[in-house]
Amino acid sequence: MSEQENATIRIHIMGKTYRVPAGLTIMDAMEYSGYRFIRGAGCRSGFCGACSTIYRREEDYRLQFALACQEMAEDGMYLVQLPFTPAPRSQYDLEKIDPTENVLLQYYPEIARCVSCNTCTKACPQDIEVMDYVQAALRGDIARTAALSFDCIQCGLCTMRCPADIKHYHMAQMARRIYGRYLSPVPEHLEEQLREIEEGVCDSELDKLVAMNEEELVLAYAARIREEE
Amino acid sequence: MDRLTYFPGCSLKDEAKEFEISAMAVMKVLELPLVEIERWNCCGTVFSLTEDDLMHQLASIRNFIRVQEAGSDEIVTSCAMCYNTLKRSSLFVNHAEERLEKINAFMDEEVAYEGKVEVRHLLEIIRDRIGWEKVEEAMIYPLEGLSVAPYYGCMLLRPRQVGIDDPDNPTIMRDLIDALWATPVEYAFQAECCGSYQVVDHRELIVERTHRILSSARRAGADVVVTSCPLCQYNLRETQSELKEKIPTYEEMPVMYFTQLMAVALDVDSGELPGPLLARFSVGEGVGKGEG
Repeated sequence: MSEQENATIRIHIMGKTYRVPAGLTIMDAMEYSGYRFIRGAGCRSGFCGACSTIYRREEDYRLQFALACQEMAEDGMYLVQLPFTPAPRSQYDLEKIDPTENVLLQYYPEIARCVSCNTCTKACPQDIEVMDYVQAALRGDIARTAALSFDCIQCGLCTMRCPADIKHYHMAQMARRIYGRYLSPVPEHLEEQLREIEEGVCDSELDKLVAMNEEELVLAYAARIREEE
Repeated sequence: MDRLTYFPGCSLKDEAKEFEISAMAVMKVLELPLVEIERWNCCGTVFSLTEDDLMHQLASIRNFIRVQEAGSDEIVTSCAMCYNTLKRSSLFVNHAEERLEKINAFMDEEVAYEGKVEVRHLLEIIRDRIGWEKVEEAMIYPLEGLSVAPYYGCMLLRPRQVGIDDPDNPTIMRDLIDALWATPVEYAFQAECCGSYQVVDHRELIVERTHRILSSARRAGADVVVTSCPLCQYNLRETQSELKEKIPTYEEMPVMYFTQLMAVALDVDSGELPGPLLARFSVGEGVGKGEG
């Protein structure tokens, strides 16, 4: 075995030191050390936002933020398991919302408490400009809030760190919903397609398929016209 | 052409759109256009009076860093509230090395603020850099016969070291009204507080103050009141309907931003004007021609 393959690192989990192989993610390293994730783990691919975590490096006072399934464990990391900490979410019926500039303030009034400390942005494992979207929301710019927060995976680290009790990720999700429901331009081809469906243009083709037996379906599938790639 | 590094403030993007529309249009004609900084955040809204509370200075300072990044050393705003907060923050940290060091250490994701950005109110810029004569020259429709009461409120004048004019006897808005050939109205409550954020919890207090301020302007002969603060404007405008309910004889007083008055005289887009002004007064074709 080469030296590389033999390499191990030292990590500290909840104050106890372990030796684990180099090249593992934080989550893998903790599991290797005997921890079992019942909560705080989900897709293990960096999309679900369940495994948000914080850590420190030796000799550095700053807290670091990451998704445990994505960040590689490094020698000397101080790791913890975060409890499940959902933030309160406003109740609304998207169909009954008036998508005016003040709507986000109405449902999440605490955004007006933002002091622009940017702690949320520093905590974001997705590198989103969180404070900037809160500021956009504050001035009623729903489209910008939606665009800036687009990559949010709802991990909630921003909200855990905020000194002003803002529920960034819930607020931004609402902004994206309002944007999608009321503000985003509807593509022409979609409107055209919907009109055709409503007018029954596709009905005869669909009826033909429904009437086929399994054998005919298989043959029809094999003979289908494919779009050029 | 020279241009100004412009900080709009949140209110000018929703509640006070007409303030921004008219300010932009007027400054374009006066050949000193307002160019919005690309990225900005809330000014901080209320200046923190606690000496060691550096956290509440971050909002203003982050904006100064944006100005610095844009290669400017001046930030111009037309909102009196933003002006006051930004200005006091600048005085609090500019040339205060120890405070700056702490703040810069906390904001380690930004380039360090060098402490050199100056905060100016749009009225100051018009007075000092454009001049009343040039405003008069640019005028298309003189506002002869229109009596205008300037309302300063608190934020443009107090505390003294951030005031854009003498807090006891301000003349800056009077001079502007003069330059537009309108008649400035002298009255007792031009620098009285409108009640500010008390409107949230003690609306009746604002109704009372609106009554005091606007009745005084009315008695002095005002046709319209001009302001420079979206919160003053909101308080003075929105509580008049309640005032009418309480006092049936109360006559509504139109309230608008000083830039709207300028826009009317300079025949550019004024944004939405208060309706009653148009009905009760006409100085020629120009008044009310603004789109919006």
